[in-house]
Amino acid sequence: MTKEEIKSVLMEIVAQIIPDEDLTNLKGDIPIREQVELDSMDFLDIVMELRKRYGIEVPEDDYMQLATLDSSVAYLEPRMKEL
Amino acid sequence: MLARKANETRIVITGVGLTAPNGNNLAEFRKSLLTGKSGIQKFNVRYMGEVPAGICHFDPLKYQKKKELRRGTRAGSVAVYCAQEAIADAKLDLACLDKSRIGVYVGITEHGNVDTEKQIYEIKQFDYNTTFVSHHYNPRIVANNPAGEVTLNMGITGPHYTLGAACAGGNIGLIQGLQMLLLGEVDLALAGGVSETIHAFGAFASFRSEGALASHVDPEKACRPFDKNRNGVVVSEGGCIYLVERLGDALKRGAKIYGEIVGYAINSDAFDFVLPNAQRQSECMKLALNKAGISAGDIDIINTHATGTREGDAAECQAIREVFGNHINVYINNTKSYIGHTMGAAAALELAGNLPSFEDHIVHPTINVDQLDPECSFENLVINEPRKVDKVNYILNNSFGMLGINSVVIIKRFEE
Repeated sequence: MTKEEIKSVLMEIVAQIIPDEDLTNLKGDIPIREQVELDSMDFLDIVMELRKRYGIEVPEDDYMQLATLDSSVAYLEPRMKEL
Repeated sequence: MLARKANETRIVITGVGLTAPNGNNLAEFRKSLLTGKSGIQKFNVRYMGEVPAGICHFDPLKYQKKKELRRGTRAGSVAVYCAQEAIADAKLDLACLDKSRIGVYVGITEHGNVDTEKQIYEIKQFDYNTTFVSHHYNPRIVANNPAGEVTLNMGITGPHYTLGAACAGGNIGLIQGLQMLLLGEVDLALAGGVSETIHAFGAFASFRSEGALASHVDPEKACRPFDKNRNGVVVSEGGCIYLVERLGDALKRGAKIYGEIVGYAINSDAFDFVLPNAQRQSECMKLALNKAGISAGDIDIINTHATGTREGDAAECQAIREVFGNHINVYINNTKSYIGHTMGAAAALELAGNLPSFEDHIVHPTINVDQLDPECSFENLVINEPRKVDKVNYILNNSFGMLGINSVVIIKRFEE
């Protein structure tokens, strides 16, 4: 997957998890939780979706890497480039 | 002559919120009951295929966000819809209420099976790897979930819990609300029952294994209490939550009063896991009559629990004869013939469908009786057509459940 494809997948997952939020102006370099209502249980949904869809395990120590859209793409890129 | 009770010890119903397979508010539901409109349809159940069931068609987005629906349970959603409708029906403005003085008491038959089955089904796709079990699973399956979702949605900070009481749950939720008002623990009670059971295959499969799951080529004819050819239970979802308060408070704010809860009783068969016990059922009715300070002859309508099983319907009829034998003026009906067995919601929903009788003096019938079983014959069993009557002052609502839990509630037409 390319970085753009990974970003698109992430946006799709986030949209599914917080369906009432408008994500059109979501900025890539600001923590997602500062821009939309996304709590810790929602965040765990992102981790679960990555596990279910792509078999990717995100250890708890790495959760901070998924804070922004850009950092998430950077973190996932080496793990998803072969998919 | 009964001593007049103080208004603070008289408990009245001032709001009704409901969803049934044939109506999403009391007016719609009542209309269906008076026009013979069934709510039973074919429903695809996991592993089993199509079976008759009652499905509710309320709009969950009327009161919940999409995220709440994703997070919560069907029972929670049903409870939220009913509780919000009850508050609206009572013409109360939630923003102006002391939410720490509202209690939420929701009767359930069971809770958690839907999501347990769903989780196991989902992790099967991952070779039962338990790391795929959702972090939402526990808050969904805790027994207080349906009542808790009401408090989350409405910002209510008073007590909330469910009452597990098999198919008597709806009456017992209402009784709990009454008792907490009498104790002064709360000023308003949202009390009744809900069910999401149709979304779990287990209940259908277990009833089938018992030989107690209804079947019929026409799903609308599947639930047929008192008919000679009845062959079991139709499982349905539903909910009914009442806004209940002390009479003094209701009068102060000029509330519409649907009726006064004057009698109630709960007892146990101590007899069998599934079989009914007519003697204990009759004792329960007598206890409720005593609590109300009235005699059997005062009751105008008995809404039966009858689910459409051979043994259950016959036992209840025997119990009614034991209590009401010489009082043929009592009208007898049944609501499950329209909506199936809404489990934890059944008692509350079935009572609600009869409350308008205080005003319109019509007794809704039980439908689907083609050949009346002589064991279930009563002179004033209201069959297939509504009956206009002279007066309705008291309604007695029966609801019984597995493990031998019996419950009876008596509602009186309101008069100061």
